Amino acid sequence: MPINYYIFLSLAVFCIGIIGVLTRRNSIIIFMCVELMLNAANLLLVAFSKMHHLVLGTNFPTLASEAQVFVFFIMVVAAAEVSVGLAIIVMLYRNTHSVDVNFLNRLKN
Amino acid sequence: MNAIILTAIWGIVMMFGGVFFKSKSTPKYWAIAGLVLVFLSNGYELLNGVPFFEIDVKNMLHFNSFNLTFIAVALFCTLLFFLLNGRDIEKVGENVSEYFALLFFVLCGVAIAASFNSLLTLFLGIEILSIPLYILTGSDKRNLKSNEAALKYFLMGSFSTGIMLMGIAFIYGGNSNGSFLIDNINLGEGVMPPMIAVGLVFLLIAMSFKVSAAPFHFWTPDVYDGAPTVFTSFMATIVKAAGFIAFIRLFDNAFGKTQAQWQTLIVVITAATLLIGNLTAVFQQSVKRMLAYSSIAQAGFMLLAIFALNDYAKEGLILYTAAYSLATIGIFAILIKMSDYTIDGFNGLAKQYPAIAVCATVFLLSLTGIPLTAGFQSKFYMLLAAIKNGQQNWLVIFAVLMAAVSAYYYFKIIQAMFFKEDNQQAGAPAIMVEKLTPAFTYLLYFTALLIVVLGLFPNLLTTWLYY
Repeated sequence: MPINYYIFLSLAVFCIGIIGVLTRRNSIIIFMCVELMLNAANLLLVAFSKMHHLVLGTNFPTLASEAQVFVFFIMVVAAAEVSVGLAIIVMLYRNTHSVDVNFLNRLKN
Repeated sequence: MNAIILTAIWGIVMMFGGVFFKSKSTPKYWAIAGLVLVFLSNGYELLNGVPFFEIDVKNMLHFNSFNLTFIAVALFCTLLFFLLNGRDIEKVGENVSEYFALLFFVLCGVAIAASFNSLLTLFLGIEILSIPLYILTGSDKRNLKSNEAALKYFLMGSFSTGIMLMGIAFIYGGNSNGSFLIDNINLGEGVMPPMIAVGLVFLLIAMSFKVSAAPFHFWTPDVYDGAPTVFTSFMATIVKAAGFIAFIRLFDNAFGKTQAQWQTLIVVITAATLLIGNLTAVFQQSVKRMLAYSSIAQAGFMLLAIFALNDYAKEGLILYTAAYSLATIGIFAILIKMSDYTIDGFNGLAKQYPAIAVCATVFLLSLTGIPLTAGFQSKFYMLLAAIKNGQQNWLVIFAVLMAAVSAYYYFKIIQAMFFKEDNQQAGAPAIMVEKLTPAFTYLLYFTALLIVVLGLFPNLLTTWLYY
């Protein structure tokens, strides 16, 4: 399959994520959209890794596999972000009994 | 290398120490002792070029005098921050030891972000530096403003992380070497491949988010205002400075030769940051919020280094981070002790605390960029670098005009301190919430003195770049 398909797919997922972050008001859904953005990047990295592997892999079998290791790092960081983010959302819920970000704009000044 | 490993280890020590420390003030002394240790070992590495730990990092981290000097500056400013504000960190909440542990983890991220040599370590550094900060921003758990700030910071931070990863993926795809090392991206002359150009724009947006450059600055005032003031002081200085060092290293090493193709973007961002930061700061009533906008404005000046990308820019950026961090930590240390955070809260400070008012004046003059202070030298270096670059000279004139605007809102505080009467009605709260300890006062003198010394002899710091 040409690499273009992968690029279009992950860009589509990425755009869904961005639009979700910008339009939704529930902080958990915003958070899910951020995860979509991270996973779009993961998908693209793996696709590019295979693409480079086809070109370079014959001479240096390990050379093009760096991106696949990168994906594991992204997953670990995303897990750390999830734990911190959910803790923050729970803390907010305890104080306001809502996870709506519109509520926050009322606090401005 | 020493700084990365020792801060991580000391962070873990502080984290588990929380179980054993009986008194609330013990963690502070442990943190200060640990930081002195890290600072000395980093200094040893800077002087001798040999780290204590021989670790094969596969060229993913690169240590030279530039980033070791910056790490030294960051550690020194943090040490000053701990010494000045240690007691205020204890007042934020119950888990004092954990706050210090998180601050050490942020420092570990600062050291990684300053010395990355691969897009992987850039990403890890930026994340290690951000994630503990989300927690610290929300550490005042009962306060709704702190909750709001933490959520906003977290959502905006992870959003920009997503954009950064997309940029990294595109750069990896467009780079035919199939490698994340920034030396391998190093493009020659000629037009950039489209995929790398897309990745560059994504990375530029993500880094602008992290250093709060306009038009991606909108989270900054709310986050800085809502976070506990001690942690705002840390966020606005050391963390922002580390963001800039990562920014300049990335754009200098990876994209430096194709600068002509992306310089316009930087010019637009710089001009917008200077304009928005300075003009909105003028209208603020709360000093804390004003300092948040002023940090955006100062970021505009630091962006001139990324616009210029020459030796003056590097020297200037180190000097700028030192001058800006010292002055901002100083003014925040005074602000934390105030009972009223509005500008009127400073009325008559000079009558009751003349020495503190003089120190505050030195800090504010340095932030404005008045000669004899470090702020002047650093602004001078930035403008010099931009002129030596030779492109877009109007930006230099614009930056000077905006520095003149910044004088208005900094001087408003000086005017309030020296020329206005304090509230003398019966029952009015005292200007300071608590009695100042002599140690705190002497440290403020020391900070102010350091700013003046750096303003007179900037080469005390910049020579380390060529050590």
